[in-house]
This record gives sequence, C-alpha cells and structure tokens, in this order.
Amino acid sequence: MSIGKITSVQDLNNIKAKVTAALKAERVRLLLCCGNGCAASGADDVYKAFEEKLAAKGVDFKVEVFDEKSVALSSTGCQGLCQYGPLLHVVFGDKTYFYVKVTPDDVDEIIDTTVKDEKIVERLLFKDPKTGKAYVTKNEIPFYANQKPNLMTGCGVIDSRSLEEYIGQDGYQGIAKILGTDRKDVCKEVLDSGLRGRGGGGFPTGRKWMFTEMAKGEKKYVVCNGDEGDPGAFMDGAVMEGYAHALLEGMIIAGYAVGADEGYIYVRAEYPRAIKSLRRAIAQCEECGLLGKNIMGSDFNFEIHIKEGAGAFVCGEETALIHSIEGQRGMPSPKPPFPANSGLWGKPTLINNVETYANVPNIIRNGAAWFRSYGTETSPGTKTFSVTGEVVNTGLIEIPMGTTIKKVVYDIGGGTRNAGKEFKAVQIGGPSGACLTKDHLDVQLDYDALKKVGAMVGSGGLVVLDESTCMVKVARFFMGFTQSESCGKCVLCREGTKRMLEILDKILAGEGELKDLDVLEDLALTVRDGSLCGLGKTAPNPVLSTLKYFRDEYVAHIVDKKCPAGQCDTFKTYSIDPEKCKGCGMCAKKCPVNAISGEVKSPYTIDASKCIKCGACADTCKFGAVKF
Amino acid sequence: MTQTNDGKCGCCCGIDLTRVKEIISECGTKENCLIPILQKVQDEYRYLPEEAMALIAEKLGISPATVFGVATFYAQFSLDPKGKYIIKVCNGTACHVRGNKTIIDAIRNRIGLEAQSGTTSDMMYTLETVSCLGACSLAPAVIINDKVYGTMNPTKMVAAIDELE
Repeated sequence: MSIGKITSVQDLNNIKAKVTAALKAERVRLLLCCGNGCAASGADDVYKAFEEKLAAKGVDFKVEVFDEKSVALSSTGCQGLCQYGPLLHVVFGDKTYFYVKVTPDDVDEIIDTTVKDEKIVERLLFKDPKTGKAYVTKNEIPFYANQKPNLMTGCGVIDSRSLEEYIGQDGYQGIAKILGTDRKDVCKEVLDSGLRGRGGGGFPTGRKWMFTEMAKGEKKYVVCNGDEGDPGAFMDGAVMEGYAHALLEGMIIAGYAVGADEGYIYVRAEYPRAIKSLRRAIAQCEECGLLGKNIMGSDFNFEIHIKEGAGAFVCGEETALIHSIEGQRGMPSPKPPFPANSGLWGKPTLINNVETYANVPNIIRNGAAWFRSYGTETSPGTKTFSVTGEVVNTGLIEIPMGTTIKKVVYDIGGGTRNAGKEFKAVQIGGPSGACLTKDHLDVQLDYDALKKVGAMVGSGGLVVLDESTCMVKVARFFMGFTQSESCGKCVLCREGTKRMLEILDKILAGEGELKDLDVLEDLALTVRDGSLCGLGKTAPNPVLSTLKYFRDEYVAHIVDKKCPAGQCDTFKTYSIDPEKCKGCGMCAKKCPVNAISGEVKSPYTIDASKCIKCGACADTCKFGAVKF
Repeated sequence: MTQTNDGKCGCCCGIDLTRVKEIISECGTKENCLIPILQKVQDEYRYLPEEAMALIAEKLGISPATVFGVATFYAQFSLDPKGKYIIKVCNGTACHVRGNKTIIDAIRNRIGLEAQSGTTSDMMYTLETVSCLGACSLAPAVIINDKVYGTMNPTKMVAAIDELE
C-alpha cells in the first residue's frame, strides 16, 4: 500500500497514528534480526523458513504494517548481541520473549508453541554462559540492561524495510520542524547539542555545518562518509543496513542547513546489504516526496546518490573520499582548503560520518538540551561501539559517552571468554588507536579522556584481548594493515611504515635486537609528524602504545626468544607426549592437514614439516598430551 | 584500438567487449563514471581485461594510464582472471585475534595453493584476504562467493570447501 505524497506535518502525524493503531491491533510480532552478523549465522534462511512454515500451518501473517492481520513477521536491523544470532524478539503487546541462535529447524516449534499458544520455548532463551541463568526478555539481559540506546532505539525494533514504521517512530518530523526556519538556527541547534564527529576525529559537528553554511557558492554538497574501514568496527554498517531512514533524514536536514541540494553516500564495497537497504530507502523517500523537488511541499530540493567504494581504507579520509567520488585514485590532499570551502568538484562540501548524521534527527526533534543530558560535558550524547575479541558477549552496543572501559568489558561484555585467561588489554580505535591495559579500566570512553592516554575513540571498534594475545603480533597486525593501505603519497608514511613492519617481522622471527626498539620508536615519531593525512599521522599509534605499555613483551621476544602469550609460531613446536597419549586418534581426525599419524591405542606423532601450528590437536586432546 | 564486427577485440586476445560498451553507455562517460564502470566490468568478467581498460579510456577521453592508475589503486579490482570460487578470509582485528592465520593455512593446504593468496592453476579457487567484513562478532569470518561463514575453525573451513564440490 502506498502512503502517497507527504506534504505536511499533518500527513506524518496521520501515518504515525495509523502505524500505532496497526501495531496495537496485532497479537504477535516476530522481530527477526537480519543484520550483518545474524545474516552470517543464517538469518535469511530462518526468515524464509518462517514465511514457508507460517503459510504451511495456515497462520495468516503479514509483512506490511498496514495489512489487517494479527501475526506480523518483521526483518529488523542489528539487535546487538550478534554472537548469539540469529536473534528473534517476539512481542505480544507488553509481553516479550527473546530467542537466540534460532535455526530453520526451530521454526516449527516456535510457531506451534510461541506464535499459536504464546508459550516459551525454554531451550532458545539466552542463558548467561557464566551463571547459567536464563532470561525471558531482552531488556533483563545484562548485555542490554547496561546500555542506553538513543540512536539504535529504532534499529532492531522496526522493520528495516519499512518507511511507514520509521514514520511511526516520529521519523521525518525533524524535517517538518526545520522547513521554513532560518537555516543558521538549524546549524546552531546542532552546535549547541555538542555533537562531535562520530567518525573518530571528534570535531564539533555544528561548527562544520556553520563553516559550510557560510561558504560562498550557489552549489554545495552534503557527503556521508560510510567508508567504515577500521577493522573491528561495524556500527555504521549496522545503521546503514538497519536504520537507513535515520541517516537519510539527518542528511536531508544537513542539506537544508548548509544550503545544499545534492548529497552523496560513500559506502564501502564490503557492505552489499547496506547498499541494498539504502537504495530501497532512497526510492521510498523519492516516491512520497521526502527527497527530490519541493520536499514536503516546500521550495527545498534535495537528492541523494550512492557511491560504492572499491576497497581502499584511505578513502575514509575526507579529501581522499572526495577524490574517489570524482572517479580518481583516492589520495588525500593537503588542508586547507577544507572541504567546507572547496570539496567535491571544488564546491563547498559538508562531510560527516554515518553515525553523526543519524544522530541529527533526534537532536532536531528533542532539542540540544535533551542530547546534552547524556554523556559528559565535552562529549555529550551516546555512542555506538562494536565489542569484539576475547570477550563473552560480542556485538554492537550503545552507551552514554563517558562510560568506563570496565563497564563495557565486564558488565556489558561479560568479561573474558576463555576460561582461566585474564583480561590483558583493549584495542580501541582501530589502526589509528591504541592498546590500553588493565590499569586503564577506569578510563572513560570519551574523546578527551582517551586522548589523554594516547588512544582515540576512532569509529568505535573495541577489541578485547586476553593473556593469550601477543601484543607484538597485535602491533604487527596493525602495521601490516596501514602499510598495505598507505596510498604512497607521503614518503614517510609509505617508506616508514614499511621499515617499521620489517623490524616487527624481524622481532617476531626471533631475530630482533634491543636497539631495534629505539629505531622503531624513532621511526614511529617521524611517520607521525611527517605524514599528511590521518592514516599516516595515526599509523604508529598501535606500535607506540604497545611499546609504552607492553615493552616487556618486546624484550621477551628479543632477549629470551620467547612469546609470553605463547602465540608466536616461531617459538613453539607441537609434539605429543607418549606418556600421556592414550592413542584415541581424535587429534589425527581433527588435524586439517593430516600431519598426525599413528595406530589406535599406541602413542601418535606429529610430523613437524606438515604441521601448520593451528592448535586444533591441543584443543581436542582430553588428556593434555599435546605439548607446545 | 581496432575491433572486429562481432564486437571482439581486434588483437589476438579474442575477448568479447560488447558488454563493456553496453556498460559504458549505461553509466555515462563523465570522469566520475570511471569507478562504477570498472566495478561493473569486473562483475561481468571477474577481472579487468587490459583491452577493456583501453576501450574505457578511449570512450571516457582519458589516458589508459589514468584508468590503470585507478584500477591498481583499489583493492577490489583485479587485473588477473579469478577462480570459480573466490574465498575471502577476513583480516579484521577480531578475526586476526581469533586466529584467521590457521584458517588461511588450512585453505591453502586444502586447495593446493603455495602462495599466501592467489588463484589455483585449475582456476577453481582464488584465495584473498580482505579488510574487515563487519562480521566481527562472528570472528573468524570467511566469504565464499557471496556466502558468509562465521566462527570458522580449520576443520569447519575444510568441510565448507568440501561441500562446494
């Protein structure tokens, strides 16, 4: 059903009232998470199974919110607890159930027990892996109870394919509110909110808007940086995929505020689902007059295009991204001129990241003071983080700025996941960020507190590391990443990162010398000072922070020829203790390269020339016979 | 460059460039169309044939060096033909920490590839490591063609490849 052209606040209110009534008339709504994480665990197959089996069992269900049926099947964006996906949130008015790790084989039982009889399928409830306690509703689970979702309220609650459901949550009211007002006031509202760039830099968003608004020129552009390249970060992908309309609304408001009539969303090629979702959302907006000429009957025109990236991390840098949209190699340019004065095709250009724009509709609707009621004085609002690595609960979270690392790792993340392995460090901010230790657990996650300890918020990737992680290897990993992603423009970034990588490889090969550490440090500072863009300036951070906080590990690799974490292949060989081996043969079965041989009931042996040191044998052996 | 009447490249390579021409007329000939054109050509041919790049340069009125420069700058583009199954191992932080190296070794061993990445001689498999796929919660993650495999280990990986054949 088409909702027709939207030309006034009244139209939005009417749609909202209809959505509210339609939701109220439903008996049960199945909210199946089809975000990137759950999709990787097979959510699309679960969705298909629901469609087929609901129909086969004669349950009359709907996908469109306005259909008059009592059972609704909804495909939502990221619900957060990705590790336990596919996630299914079942809502009966005020009563809710939350199922985890749902497979197509569970669908029959869910329909019979839950959809028809409103009873719980106990085995699908989330159980705390440490206490064994089962939780019926989503919000009771500590992972969710300790969060504060403002931006993600809609993501995971509404059908990500539905414009109507977004409007039902007061979506696009922000545009209705600003149309006809002085655009300087819109910029000021954003400035007053204290919103800072969520892409990592933390520059005050409102100030950027004002600069672009003041820039002279008939033609201006609004660009969204959706080139979320930081390894370990996926929140922008989740917003584009699951809550695309919030991003579009933010960009339309920005277009009005700075006087632009054209926008570009630059999405990285690795996010095909996000691209699909954005295309659908743009088409929906064009159809009902929220994008295009005379938006909502006003004289404001705005259109949005999607530009697919082609796989270059440096395109996350704003000037490089602009060159990439223009069809060139994505190499950064010196600033000034800033994009606000001379950006895309030399025109004044406002460029912000996905999460920054997506926060704007809430700020416009609820006011700057509301936004400031969350977070800290200098870093207001909430921020999404992706929590991954060696932690019990991995997924996407949203918390007020200023929350401590400890709260994220322990209360939300549930602590380290490997039994007996203590928390060692948290890597924050991706390749530009740093590794912080247990001494930093009380550090607050905000722009300024992190800067003080040599880290940065970055885009919000938070990777938890435990005792089994070698910090020299972590540094080498990031150096390898930035080295291969360096565009080659600045000599210090291009050559310096290469030399740093060689030194790290030398240390990891057991051939390091103590003087290498001084050279490494010297190079790191030179690369930092001598590079043009953020990539080079921050590339040495992982090395500098590990040298500062984990120098003893470097020394152990160099002097003792040992890896304290026991992770470096160079320093270990796998063998089977003939005394302990019972000859069960399990290890030989698990070995992916057939390096283990022997006869049942007599000790097995490992062929070191074939062994890839994956550790599968040691993990399998019940008798602790595999030594390394 | 010369072309024969049937759309094939006039040189000895024998690649049919009809689709390249269609793609150019779909996308347009402005300079900012270059990357979308290259993406579509790569989708069609699974790599960027040199002849196609020369034709694109001619139609867009830019130098072949510019096209080559763009094609080699972005990781998505390949100048060599790829295998039937493209196995992309995520090399994001979370996947690295949770041991993607052992996955890569298991794949190389299974498909018989000496190098750390590349295509097998029978053109069946291409192994690549790619930047973060955004499935960090399910690390280590692997994509084969378009299917995502989460929480992999060497044994599961080998089984997944076995299933392809």
